[in-house]
Amino acid sequence: MEGWDPNTKSTLTQIPLLTTKAGPRDGAAWTQRLKEEYRALIAYTQMNKSKDNDWFRISAANPEGTRWTGKCWYVHNLLKYEFDLQFDIPVTYPATAPELELPELDGKTQKMYRGGKICLTVHFKPLWAKNCPRFGIAHALCLGLAPWLAAEIPILVDSGMIKHKDDATSSNES
Amino acid sequence: MATVKKSFHNACKKGNEFRLGGAQELESTAVLQVFLDSEFRHKKPNFGSCGGGAERARMEVELKEMLDDLQSLRQSLSDPSLHASIDKLQSRVDHLTHLAKSVPVRRTKVKDMSAEVVDSNPYSRLMALQRMGIVENYERIREFSVAIVVCICLLLPIYLSKKAFASTLGIGGVGSVAAEMLTRCGIGRILLYDYDKVELANMNRLFFRPEQVGMTKTDAAVQTLSDINPDVVLESYTLNITTVQGFETFMSSLKNKTFCPSKEGSGVELVLSCVDNYEARMVVNQACNELNQTWMESEAQLSRLMPVCEIARLFILIQNLNVLGLKHFQSVSEDAVSGHIQLLIPGETACFACAPPLVVASGVDERTLKREGVCAASLPTTMGVVAGLLVQNTLKFLLKFGHVSPYLGYSSLKDYFPTMAMKPNPQCSNAACLERQKEYILAKPARDAAEKAKMEAEAAAVAADVPLHDDNEWNISVLDDSEMESTGATSSDALPDGLTRELPSADEFQKPPTSGATDNAIDDLEELRRQLEALNAD
Repeated sequence: MEGWDPNTKSTLTQIPLLTTKAGPRDGAAWTQRLKEEYRALIAYTQMNKSKDNDWFRISAANPEGTRWTGKCWYVHNLLKYEFDLQFDIPVTYPATAPELELPELDGKTQKMYRGGKICLTVHFKPLWAKNCPRFGIAHALCLGLAPWLAAEIPILVDSGMIKHKDDATSSNES
Repeated sequence: MATVKKSFHNACKKGNEFRLGGAQELESTAVLQVFLDSEFRHKKPNFGSCGGGAERARMEVELKEMLDDLQSLRQSLSDPSLHASIDKLQSRVDHLTHLAKSVPVRRTKVKDMSAEVVDSNPYSRLMALQRMGIVENYERIREFSVAIVVCICLLLPIYLSKKAFASTLGIGGVGSVAAEMLTRCGIGRILLYDYDKVELANMNRLFFRPEQVGMTKTDAAVQTLSDINPDVVLESYTLNITTVQGFETFMSSLKNKTFCPSKEGSGVELVLSCVDNYEARMVVNQACNELNQTWMESEAQLSRLMPVCEIARLFILIQNLNVLGLKHFQSVSEDAVSGHIQLLIPGETACFACAPPLVVASGVDERTLKREGVCAASLPTTMGVVAGLLVQNTLKFLLKFGHVSPYLGYSSLKDYFPTMAMKPNPQCSNAACLERQKEYILAKPARDAAEKAKMEAEAAAVAADVPLHDDNEWNISVLDDSEMESTGATSSDALPDGLTRELPSADEFQKPPTSGATDNAIDDLEELRRQLEALNAD
């Protein structure tokens, strides 16, 4: 964890760790794991809200909890840029991390795999492997997606690859 | 064809009618030429689609008749000034005859593989393996099914810095070429899995053609492969095997035994993994461990941790080869231009989760490797080599000849081919792998008995021979290699110099104290879901 800012580190320590090592094909054990995922996500969302640092919405898109959809946003130069967020829980979860997708940004940045999957290879996958099975979706968002947005969105905005929705539609909504 | 000929005759008649008309006559010859041209332009697309040999023969006859007619027309014309244009027409018909001959013809299915050496037999050179005594029964290859998991994406990334310039990668390279090789060998059935579409950026790979851009890779592959060898049964699946749904389809297609109902176990002999990322490999590993399915892994890549000087060298190499443009500089392995193949037999050899991938620092201090501007790449040549090694090993495994390599590496910069065997890890994180290991150990007495019986049979065969040495003055005895190996093996986790694990292994997992705090936590999934939704609402 060297090289991470103290803020992220302290946030991370407050997200509850998970204990059940189970994937979507493991029946009752997966339900148990899902409960732990929810507890971690609830704690993380609450923490973000209390620190006025709310930056995502995520909820299960199917009853089995294998597909998740939502939104995430990033504020740059006092403007909020919002994107759809989605991912599947891989069959080999939690041995392999979920591949977080931002479909709207597909093809706009090099730091992305096909289909809008953000690149987690270097900054997050080793951490996930080291902390298997204690990390869950909340940790993937905190250590995978958040730094990616912080690194990428300013560049994408400054290079004109993405435009703020007010500029794009010229509506007067703030 | 008939219409062409008829109109040609009409035109000829016209030419005769105006024989005396000087300028008019010339004009009508030009009309005839245009007419012929347009007729053929119109007809040409039919050459390709008609396909059959009979039709082609008919066309050749027609063209020949046309030449004869032209000849007679030339003789009947008294004005020698017209001969030049007639000659021109003749040469055009000649050209058409050539074109018609080169039109591809789809070969019909061959019922039985024949060893007859004639140029029309697609299998004569393969069946020669049998005659030379290398393969016992080549024709058995038609009973075999092989599943090839191709690709699974990968575009772009590999950014270690903001300046990284990596672009398109994605394999498909090894998988599609391996599929073509197996098709040409006349394998019984191939199952293909991929979820990608063919793109122009894939044209640095072998196999795909520009006109297939936009098709799914599996469909494009089936199109090409069935043209090459219609005897092969091809099944294509466009799905993502890492999702729960895709995985179920993957498993059930492997289990399907309609092709060869008498076969034991799953429906395929071998699964070839030609994917380019860790997640997909883990999925194939999971499926094969659960099904007790033997499989082979392959990788043909360039380093993610490649020093900048290597990249510069590669650029020069690539430019020299004139294969890729700089903009489409491609994918991925350990030291610059290398790859490997690996045979995985659940329970018997290490599974993919037993021995996580290593990063080889190619004779360079590892600290100098992670640097700005590094990226990943792949060459069609490397992919061709790895695909060749993979299919060669596959054929040896299926047809039971030669030595099947458990692991064969390829380091192209130094042309080094390391081989080794890996035993399964008793502490493997994959539960299915541990189960297979247990089964393998339980089956040991039966295996030993079979081995002994085989040895005895062999010994009986050579019993007639005199012993190598009559006396043994120095009491020299020969030890079994495998016994020494098992005693000499250390269970140390330490890696040799220059090697690091690509991903760290999980830390020791400490059970949290089960105090009252956790008992009070909400333990109802619906309630938790509602709570998250409530948080999401505002």
